[in-house]
Amino acid sequence: MLTKDQAAAIFSKLKAYAATDEVEATFYGGQSALTRFANNTIHQNVAEEHYGVSVRTTFGGRTARATTNKFDDSSLQQVVKASAALAQVQEPDPDQLSMPDTAEACGKTAASPSNIPRRYFDQTAATTADDRAQAVETMVDIARHYKLTAAGIFATSDAIEGVFNSRGIADWHQQTSSDISITMLAGNSSGWQKANSPNVGDLDPPRLAETAAGKALQSANPSPLPAGKYTVILEPAAVLDIIGFMFYDFGGLAILDQRSFLNNRIGKRIFGENINISDDVAHPLQSGAPFDGEGMRRKRVSLVENGVVKRLVYARGSAAKMTQSEHAQNVGLVEATGHGFPLPNEMGEAPTNIVFGGPDQPKTVDQMIASTDRGVLVTRLWYIREVDPYEKILTGMTRDGTFYIENGKLRHGVLNFRFNESLLHMLSNVEEMGEPVRASGEESFDMVVPAMKVREFNFTEVTKF
Amino acid sequence: MEQFADWALNVAALRGASYADARLVENRSRALATKNGRVAGASDATFLGIGVRVIADGAWGFAASDNLARKAVEDTAARAVAIAKASAKVKQQPVRLAPEKPCTAEWTTPCKVDPFTISIEQNLSLLSQVDQELRSVKGVTLAETSMNFQREEKWFASSEGSKIHQTKYSTGAGFAVYAFAGNDIQKRSYPTSYGGQWQSKGYELINELEVVENARRISEECLALHKADQCPEGAFDIILDSSQLGLQIHESIGHPIELDRVLGMEANFAGTSFLTLDKLSKLRYGSDLVNVVADARQEHGPGLGTFAFDDEGVPAQCTPIISNGLFTGYLSSRDTAHAIGANRSGGTLRAENWNRLPIIRMTNVSILPGVDPLTLEQLISSTDYGILMQTNKSWSIDDKRYNFQFGCEIGWEIKNGKRTRLLKNPSYSGITTEFWNSMDAICSKDEWTLWGTPNCGKGQPQQVMGTGHGAAPARFLNIKVGTAYKGST
Repeated sequence: MLTKDQAAAIFSKLKAYAATDEVEATFYGGQSALTRFANNTIHQNVAEEHYGVSVRTTFGGRTARATTNKFDDSSLQQVVKASAALAQVQEPDPDQLSMPDTAEACGKTAASPSNIPRRYFDQTAATTADDRAQAVETMVDIARHYKLTAAGIFATSDAIEGVFNSRGIADWHQQTSSDISITMLAGNSSGWQKANSPNVGDLDPPRLAETAAGKALQSANPSPLPAGKYTVILEPAAVLDIIGFMFYDFGGLAILDQRSFLNNRIGKRIFGENINISDDVAHPLQSGAPFDGEGMRRKRVSLVENGVVKRLVYARGSAAKMTQSEHAQNVGLVEATGHGFPLPNEMGEAPTNIVFGGPDQPKTVDQMIASTDRGVLVTRLWYIREVDPYEKILTGMTRDGTFYIENGKLRHGVLNFRFNESLLHMLSNVEEMGEPVRASGEESFDMVVPAMKVREFNFTEVTKF
Repeated sequence: MEQFADWALNVAALRGASYADARLVENRSRALATKNGRVAGASDATFLGIGVRVIADGAWGFAASDNLARKAVEDTAARAVAIAKASAKVKQQPVRLAPEKPCTAEWTTPCKVDPFTISIEQNLSLLSQVDQELRSVKGVTLAETSMNFQREEKWFASSEGSKIHQTKYSTGAGFAVYAFAGNDIQKRSYPTSYGGQWQSKGYELINELEVVENARRISEECLALHKADQCPEGAFDIILDSSQLGLQIHESIGHPIELDRVLGMEANFAGTSFLTLDKLSKLRYGSDLVNVVADARQEHGPGLGTFAFDDEGVPAQCTPIISNGLFTGYLSSRDTAHAIGANRSGGTLRAENWNRLPIIRMTNVSILPGVDPLTLEQLISSTDYGILMQTNKSWSIDDKRYNFQFGCEIGWEIKNGKRTRLLKNPSYSGITTEFWNSMDAICSKDEWTLWGTPNCGKGQPQQVMGTGHGAAPARFLNIKVGTAYKGST
């Protein structure tokens, strides 16, 4: 693995090569492996090791970035030169800030490496192809037991991320991660489960396989329900995949650009009173580095309180612009929160460590089903896209385990639905929630979210399976 | 570069691989962007590394590294073999490769102007001109422009004796403009949305796109949408512009014909396909006017799916996919060809970069233009009532590729052969085969454009690939319109 000391030595060379006002280097990479199976067979099985350094130079209000994965002296000189060549020809941007120093980056209320939970586990880093194959064999055996076909992945990785700049910032984060995703296929139905954790020991392949198999068997021979508005119970993965589409609008630059669904809505109750959302990199079920693309430490930010959008997240530059803007009085507290993407960029910032507040009386999915007269249980959503940016209407499909609920019981599988649903509407109609859990889907980043029971969810079409 | 491949292939053989190939890839890219008059993105990147793919004990293994020291390359090859042997512990049948004659070849994208020779000042100046034109229209709240260049140099060698060196250039550019007013955000893009037009060309593409000349019109259309009526809901005849039809092809033809999806290999993520093997040469996919090919050859045009050899050394080919409405072909690879009784791969295996395993990808999946001369204006003139839709805004399709829904940025109502009122938020939906069977007219070659989709995602780990889609405006009868907004708020 590339170490922090090695990266520091490389950064010293980069500084020496750069005849610039300021220089910043972002390091990334690591080792990763993924075992992929389908038709009860391992059909793809890959591993890689790579590292890269991305160099940003600045020249009086002008900045640009160049990236390489070669660390010899000639390549390092070349990457500095490429960055400078892109920066020097630009028109100066009077709003561009100097790079942060350590004092500014650390702040007083931000997460530091010492106060985030342990996110590196030797057992994960040491997982071999044979280990993954053994776990896959266990899951495939369960598929065979039920006369099903299994497809999925088992992935492990050991990754580094670092930011250094010429004003003294030297941040470093190393983390392991592990993921299992499994689909069980029957003749005309399927079931799915996914889990991830920095600690591979947290994953339970047989339990995931059994649950996915149960869904495939229980949804066999699905029958059609007419499109329309239904009470739905969304499992956590379905919740995160759909709500993930709104968080890029919670950045200060999105408001400055007037491309956010929160334009003119901050400080107003736009969701139900039971909706509370924060961004908190230090949460025990969260993951990731405690610093942003400029090396600013991430702060905990309360985004939504009792259905009211209270605050946004900011990169340093966005916070400075917002303070000077016509919107400054209407967007809550404005300060750099440590959520910026590496500069230069078009998106600014986003909260990516989402944690939902739990309800006073969390309900299990089984309890939600028991309290539902007529509704639909959704395991997973798929191919979600934005239809309307201001009403935040999203479309997408259900997939891999969709069930009809009647009189408090799961009755049978149903053909999959297409939905067209506004998040403003959906999060105003949440009747019950579960205990927030670490969830992982395919359409959005991982979050800590609950299962939700939502009334009047809008299914507009039915597909053929 | 041959020495790196030799190191890898020798070690793979010594460790017990029955087949091995090595791809050494060097990528260079440049991305420039502006937003409301400021530079919003300026970046260069270069990457170099090697990926080694092997069969051992009848199963696949793949390992990759960016460390090109001899020991590291040999360790990477040894790791690929160890991974393959682990794969073999959970297998049903040994991998079967369709035969392919080894060859030695060189190929480079026909490129009139190397985009990396054009000064950064010239590029930024052009984007700045576009930006100024966009923001000269009152009411514009956000203007974004972008320009991208890529150069990929790839050396492929296999244990069967192939040695292939290819260099591919890709260029893309476009812009988008937004207007927020009241309770509505409207957007227009040019030449199409999500990054503009992309082709396997040099800087000459930038000159062809006429971005400055079209900027003000696009801003004016964006502002006009705020005063436009909502697209009505109902069943209507629709005319799709060529860029939207290109995406319709991508989603409802290109993906379902991928043989790995059909065989269940993508079931956990990208999904499967309704095109089960029994449908080959039997399914009426579309009307008689629907003729679709998957063509990677240079003569098809400068598509993002144009190359000389795929990433397992199979020459570029043209596969008839739909012939006069009949489903006639899949996208295949050496290890899937046997499933359809083919004795050769269709040559569609491609990897995003050196560190990714090649998988079946669309090449240039294109609908052929109509034979009889027909312009868009003539097509409109022959339409009693319908809706013309342009430029994709949203897209979604189920995991077997049956039910789809698309939204477009702008629409016009057609009455008695004439464009009448402007419509905002047009959308349509349907079932793939019903939709293609409803096509009753397609414009001829003068209206045909080879569009580039630079961002097609597939695989685990996910890989992003560029694909090409040639299309001309076409008309579809009695299509469900406007459901996207039905009861959604």
